Amino acid sequence: MAEQSIISPENLVYKKTGVMTDRELHYCPGCGHGTAHRMLAEAIDELGIQSETIGVAPVGCSVLAYYYLNVDMQEAAHGRAPAVATGIKRVLPEKYVFTYQGDGDLAAIGTAETIHACNRGENFLIVFINNGIYGMTGGQMAPTTLPGMKSSTCPLGRDVLTMGNPLKITELVAQLPGTYYVTRQSVHTPGNARKARRAMKKALEYQKENKGTCVVEVVSNCPSGWKMNPVESNKWMEENMFPFYPLGDIKVPGKGLVSDGKNGS
Amino acid sequence: MAAKGDIIIDIERCKGCQVCLDACPKDVLEMSRKVNSKGYQYTVKVNSDCTGCANCAIVCPDAVISVYRVK
Repeated sequence: MAEQSIISPENLVYKKTGVMTDRELHYCPGCGHGTAHRMLAEAIDELGIQSETIGVAPVGCSVLAYYYLNVDMQEAAHGRAPAVATGIKRVLPEKYVFTYQGDGDLAAIGTAETIHACNRGENFLIVFINNGIYGMTGGQMAPTTLPGMKSSTCPLGRDVLTMGNPLKITELVAQLPGTYYVTRQSVHTPGNARKARRAMKKALEYQKENKGTCVVEVVSNCPSGWKMNPVESNKWMEENMFPFYPLGDIKVPGKGLVSDGKNGS
Repeated sequence: MAAKGDIIIDIERCKGCQVCLDACPKDVLEMSRKVNSKGYQYTVKVNSDCTGCANCAIVCPDAVISVYRVK
């Protein structure tokens, strides 16, 4: 009896935001992309800027982000989302512009676009999903793959002598004078997801100030690529990804660099 | 004690990733024995300890959970 009365419109405290479409997500079970999409959508919803926001979708697992985010979206060529966003923001400076990119898009093929957009201080938000692997193409090694981490193209683990070191692109762009707010978050627990939403909201708000590029990195899991179940992959991420990619703010307006990426916060 | 919160789970959209089970502080959720039309086991509510904290709904990658709480 009591339970019947709880489910009523006035008691509703959480449901899928209207900034996401009704379409079912194609992501694998437990993938962080779904939560990251929703945190971004909720940030847009909280600011009430749905009709003034333009997103740029990448190539990779999140290539279909334009199906799920109920804002104006533009698909970009692989890695070129920051270049496309630059054009959109310069033509329509009053709009809120963001790119949503994975590590294969942003840190591999799009490294040049990312670095130069950040160096020019283009006034948009880059949401960077880092899961250390090329998820869409079958779990190959990415620039962000950890040393010793196994993938389908480094089945014995990444050997840094022959395959190079992982690229901490978020720390790298934080050094550039063009970036304004750079932070690293995750969405695997309720607390972290709420923090990620706050970071994205802040980053969107900073666009009004026209001070430079904001980068929100979301360290995420890839259960299919890592060959683990979702709960295990989240645990593995905490134990292995976070020591290398520590969560927290890296560059904060007014304070400059607050983290060198070597210790967690 | 009367229940303070309740959830509605869209079982057809659930992919059975079990991330919500870890997020629930009251162990309200469990996996079903049956599967949905996609072939995934889905989350079910098994007791009335729900406080309506919305943790499960926030971490759900597919946003299948709606949360209600008595205010």
